[in-house]
Amino acid sequence: MTRRTLTLKSKRFREERENVWKEMEALLQRIESRSVRNLTDEEIIKLPRLYRSTLSSLSVARATSLDQSVVTYLESLSTRAYYVIYGSQQRLRDRIYNFFVRDWPLAVQSAWKDLAASSFVFVLGMLIGFVLVSNNSDWFYSFVGEGMANGRNPAASEDYLRETIYGYDKEEGGLGAFAAYLFSNNSRVSILAFALGFAFALPTVVLLLYNGLAIGAFIAVFTGKDLGFEIGGWLSIHGSTELFAIALAGAGGMLIGRAVAFPGEMSRMESLRAKSEQAAIILGGVVVMMFVAGVLEGFGRQLIQNDWLRYGIGGAMLAFWLTYFFLPRKALSQ
Amino acid sequence: MSGAGHLSAQQIKMGRRHLVTPEGVDLQIELADVGARIGAFTLDLVFIILVLIASTFALSSMSFYNSELAFTIYVLISFLLRSFYFTLFELSRRAATPGKMILKIRVAARGKARLSAASVFARNALREIGFFLPIGFLFGIGSGGVDGWMSLLASIWAGIFLFFPLFNKDRLRVGDLVAGTWVVRAPRPMLAADLVTTDKPENEAIFAQFAFTPAQIDAYGIKELHVLEDVLRAKDADVLTDVASRIRTKIGWVWEEGESDVAFLRAYYAALRGRLESKVLMGVRRKDKFDKR
Repeated sequence: MTRRTLTLKSKRFREERENVWKEMEALLQRIESRSVRNLTDEEIIKLPRLYRSTLSSLSVARATSLDQSVVTYLESLSTRAYYVIYGSQQRLRDRIYNFFVRDWPLAVQSAWKDLAASSFVFVLGMLIGFVLVSNNSDWFYSFVGEGMANGRNPAASEDYLRETIYGYDKEEGGLGAFAAYLFSNNSRVSILAFALGFAFALPTVVLLLYNGLAIGAFIAVFTGKDLGFEIGGWLSIHGSTELFAIALAGAGGMLIGRAVAFPGEMSRMESLRAKSEQAAIILGGVVVMMFVAGVLEGFGRQLIQNDWLRYGIGGAMLAFWLTYFFLPRKALSQ
Repeated sequence: MSGAGHLSAQQIKMGRRHLVTPEGVDLQIELADVGARIGAFTLDLVFIILVLIASTFALSSMSFYNSELAFTIYVLISFLLRSFYFTLFELSRRAATPGKMILKIRVAARGKARLSAASVFARNALREIGFFLPIGFLFGIGSGGVDGWMSLLASIWAGIFLFFPLFNKDRLRVGDLVAGTWVVRAPRPMLAADLVTTDKPENEAIFAQFAFTPAQIDAYGIKELHVLEDVLRAKDADVLTDVASRIRTKIGWVWEEGESDVAFLRAYYAALRGRLESKVLMGVRRKDKFDKR
């Protein structure tokens, strides 16, 4: 009887394989705390072998051992190893490189319909805002909050408005602080436009329209005082990047909304999942664009006072983004 | 803890899910429970607030020299914390924020897909509308004041997002739903010593004293064996005595002077496990004591 209990097969099995498990565990610990690149060649070769051996231990243990602690241990060890082995192998540097060279422009390219739609809604909002406020300036107050207007309303004098186009607003803090504030604020609005998309894109459309209305209303106030050309320069230096980014964020939201509303052959869930990745890539890029826009707005707009130069920079930025996104490029096979 | 094979409806309900590796082994992962996720999120919020407070102090002393730069850094830090704290940590190899690490859970792609950077980004972008936006409304940030209706709407809105994981079987947050991810348990149990191991020769002699008859060993099944294992590992003296006396009564074992409860239980555990494992090898899994096989 004693001999039988002490030579349990599960116990012998454990004694024989335990070293492999410990080795796997130590290796995982190192990979998770640092990275695969810190492993020696020998260890990298060993990794898949240890993984398979742990998996087979799990199968054997489940089939033969009634020791709970061994089975639980092997389950969690195998799962950890699975996530490491079949997780992303890309280095952060390569990920960033791929993002700018391939993933982001391709994601935008293939969402051109959504981009067209969201730009249309955005521009429509601006037009409506412009026409309404031009005809009856009272509309202005329904579109633009007092805080946002900051005195730039239809009742303001031409001199004051001119001052806001060329002046240096000291109350806003310095240039850098202002740029940082704009960047974080605009990025948040873009994330919002994207995140609201899953409700059939309706909130995204509303958000785009509303922002368009406010911008159109502003332009109308300035053109009403014969400052149309000047406000165009003021807006275009950063606006070509910022408004483009807002339209892109809206496109991301629409992409998701469309996936939910018209899933086609797939189930709604699958369709949502398939498109959300693309939308998220677009949105990640939007944050980058907002950073550029923030810098242009904070620094460029205050330092560059010449209207033509402002138009030039704005136009160049727009041309740059369009070429960057829509230049034909090959999708690398994964 | 059954062998491989299909999960029972009960196990699925308790949050176990199949995950078959390309090698054909079913890992049977376990979803994180909602409590752990709320705990992790609360911890992360506390960490974020602590960093914000610390940077406020650090930067306010700096602002004596250069207030503009200090303000710029502050705005950027708070933006990064709010929008990218979760994303950056979940992109790391452990796919978990510090709060999640402490509670031993992680983010994973549903099914066999890899967890991509885009899905991590998407699931956390949804946090913006699910949490930060309604909170912003409630405290009237940016809107100047709090309108009664507005805050009621914001609370309902936030409530839907908050309780969403309770109302679907995979415990998905809205962000998980959109991004194709879920949150799973990532325990790191230590490999405890085998209870059958006799590390010293004198222990072996003690084991040898117990000679159970086949009838005595056949009194229990796998379920009872696992309970016994838990009892032996927990090492609670009262429970040990209680369980030992119950087993003695059940199998008709006569207690002799000097026989320790732990030794008795370990010996019985070894005998029972040996018996049940040899049955398992022959293809019979005796579920519990009522299973007469």
